[in-house]
Amino acid sequence: MSSFLSTNALLIITLVKIALLLFIVLTVNAYLTWFERKVVAHIQSRWGPHRVGPHGLLQPLADGLKFLFKEDPTPAGADKFVYFLAPLLSLALALTSIAVIPFGPAPIHLFGRDIYLGIADLNMGILALFAITALGVYGVALAGWSSNSKYPLLGGLRSSAQMISYELSLTMSVVGVLLMAGSFNLREIINAQAHHPQWGIFGWNIWPQILGFICFFVSAIAETNRVPFDLPEAESELVAGFHTEYASFKFAMFFIAEYTSMITVSCLCAILFFGGWLSPFPATSTWAVTHYLPSLLLIPFGLWVMWDGIRYETIFGRLILPAIGTAIAAAGAALLYFPEVNEFIQGPFWLLSKVFVFLFIYVWMRGTLPRLRYDQLMNVGWKLLLPVSIANVIITAFAILKWGAR
Amino acid sequence: MTPQLGIFSVLAALSVLGALSLILQKHPIHSALSLIVVMVSLAGLYLLMGAEFVAAVQIIVYGGAIMVLFVFVIMLLNAGVEEHTNLSKLAGIAGIPLTVALAGFIAAAIGRSGEAVQAAAQTGAVSSTRDISTMLFKDFVYPFELTSVLILVAILGAIVLAQREK
Amino acid sequence: MNMIPTNYYLVLSAILFGLGVIAFAFKRNIIVIFMSIELMLNAVNLAFVAFSQAMGKLDGQVFVLFVIVVAAAEATVGLGIIILTARNRQSLNIERVDLLKL
Repeated sequence: MSSFLSTNALLIITLVKIALLLFIVLTVNAYLTWFERKVVAHIQSRWGPHRVGPHGLLQPLADGLKFLFKEDPTPAGADKFVYFLAPLLSLALALTSIAVIPFGPAPIHLFGRDIYLGIADLNMGILALFAITALGVYGVALAGWSSNSKYPLLGGLRSSAQMISYELSLTMSVVGVLLMAGSFNLREIINAQAHHPQWGIFGWNIWPQILGFICFFVSAIAETNRVPFDLPEAESELVAGFHTEYASFKFAMFFIAEYTSMITVSCLCAILFFGGWLSPFPATSTWAVTHYLPSLLLIPFGLWVMWDGIRYETIFGRLILPAIGTAIAAAGAALLYFPEVNEFIQGPFWLLSKVFVFLFIYVWMRGTLPRLRYDQLMNVGWKLLLPVSIANVIITAFAILKWGAR
Repeated sequence: MTPQLGIFSVLAALSVLGALSLILQKHPIHSALSLIVVMVSLAGLYLLMGAEFVAAVQIIVYGGAIMVLFVFVIMLLNAGVEEHTNLSKLAGIAGIPLTVALAGFIAAAIGRSGEAVQAAAQTGAVSSTRDISTMLFKDFVYPFELTSVLILVAILGAIVLAQREK
Repeated sequence: MNMIPTNYYLVLSAILFGLGVIAFAFKRNIIVIFMSIELMLNAVNLAFVAFSQAMGKLDGQVFVLFVIVVAAAEATVGLGIIILTARNRQSLNIERVDLLKL
């Protein structure tokens, strides 16, 4: 038994990591929907979900149950195989793209092995991500066509045309970062930004690559079909676009795929342009006190949740919220007591906070900006973003020739 | 059975099944999906051989652009199930055994070929993108520029063909 | 490390090429015939990469890139022509498109 474990250790560790990451990503997805509804609601001066569980925290659970139990009709005349394949393809591709993202620099030492955070450290990490994104067009196009109905067909064709147009500027805007880092490997790209550790935030790729970042972010929003680029799936335009004829669980699969690709793109923004797991403070010894920042954030937040929970309306809230608050504050305090864990948690903490900021910006844009009309959308993609990203590559190449890759 | 042989068998079987499915399916969209399966499994085989850049380009360009074009055209033209005429049935009965014999002959010839090809096992080295790009821009720069002109001509041709009649 | 002999890849390439020829000769739909051309090109690409890895030189892989680009250009123009032809003849069956006159 133990020899079986030791010969196949790599496989077993990878399977455990995959299961854990899937669980975490699906939970984050669910609470991302809660977060989006709350933030958009507050932007619109209303409450958002706040009845199902304290502060609406059990709303995703209720939505999940609804998706499981709703009726799931198949339209007449639909091509059954393709109709079932399309949401499956979307979901599988979106979840696969999380595999190449590294979550932290330091490995965990367990059973005498080094376990790195991140499932696959590919030497062509970025290329693999682009390949998976390129295949994502099929989910949308096939869903629109297989529904055997006018609105999904139009919505699917428009959506997939939009996705392939913005794929070009998406890949070109990253080339500047790749030139500076000299590798496709995501860990190498982050380490290239740590080249001058005493610069802290000024060593990140955002300063030399500001054009590239703007192109990347806008293209990524168009690629994931979010506002302001969501005309093909907007409710007032084409009924619901390519997922009109999909109900309950298949619609939930498209939904999860969309939010998962949002998370992947936010991780990519953080890794490529904002230093990934690097702290914004310089890494010299005088700034070592900033290592207590996670605890400094968690403990007051936990105490605030406790205080808010004690005076909550429902009894269930008065029980649960203080419990959650205590757990958070205890985690923050535990970090103070175990310095090795504190050092280990620095990388993932900074990466996750940057991802959180980008997700907030995504949701903020949804609540604030109006949609672009389809021809305006295609004009922006082909006539504005593609030339700007190509110009960014040329300028970066010149700068590297003159001053070296820094 | 080493893991590599196992992965190779799975990917090779997948690609042959995809190619058979391309022939046997009645609806063109199912043939297109089978071809996508073939391309992705071939990309997997390239990865197994260590050619990672070619594998990525195969999926991004072939699987993500060319096949999307095929799928769009099938959707736009509303291609339906194929009809079978008398001519095609006759040709099938006569021709398929001959073509199978041809492919079998080629495969047997390769399998029984000389020592040089058989003994040349794969080096297993992962090819670096840096070396490919150096070769592309130094030794093959003339074909590279020619293919850029070719793409430009193809774009112009597609635009001219897609124009509405005045 | 136990490598897979180059033979195996070449035999697979030959089988795929043969299946592409069968599809090219016996299918009636123009678009499926086009797809069989792509299948044949893919089979040839596999042989190129197999030889490139066997000899340790990268020429094969660079050539594969060119083949992919040429296939893209050909698919673009070919599908444009197919769309126009299908609109004129109202059919995607090649037996209807075998005369120069409408």
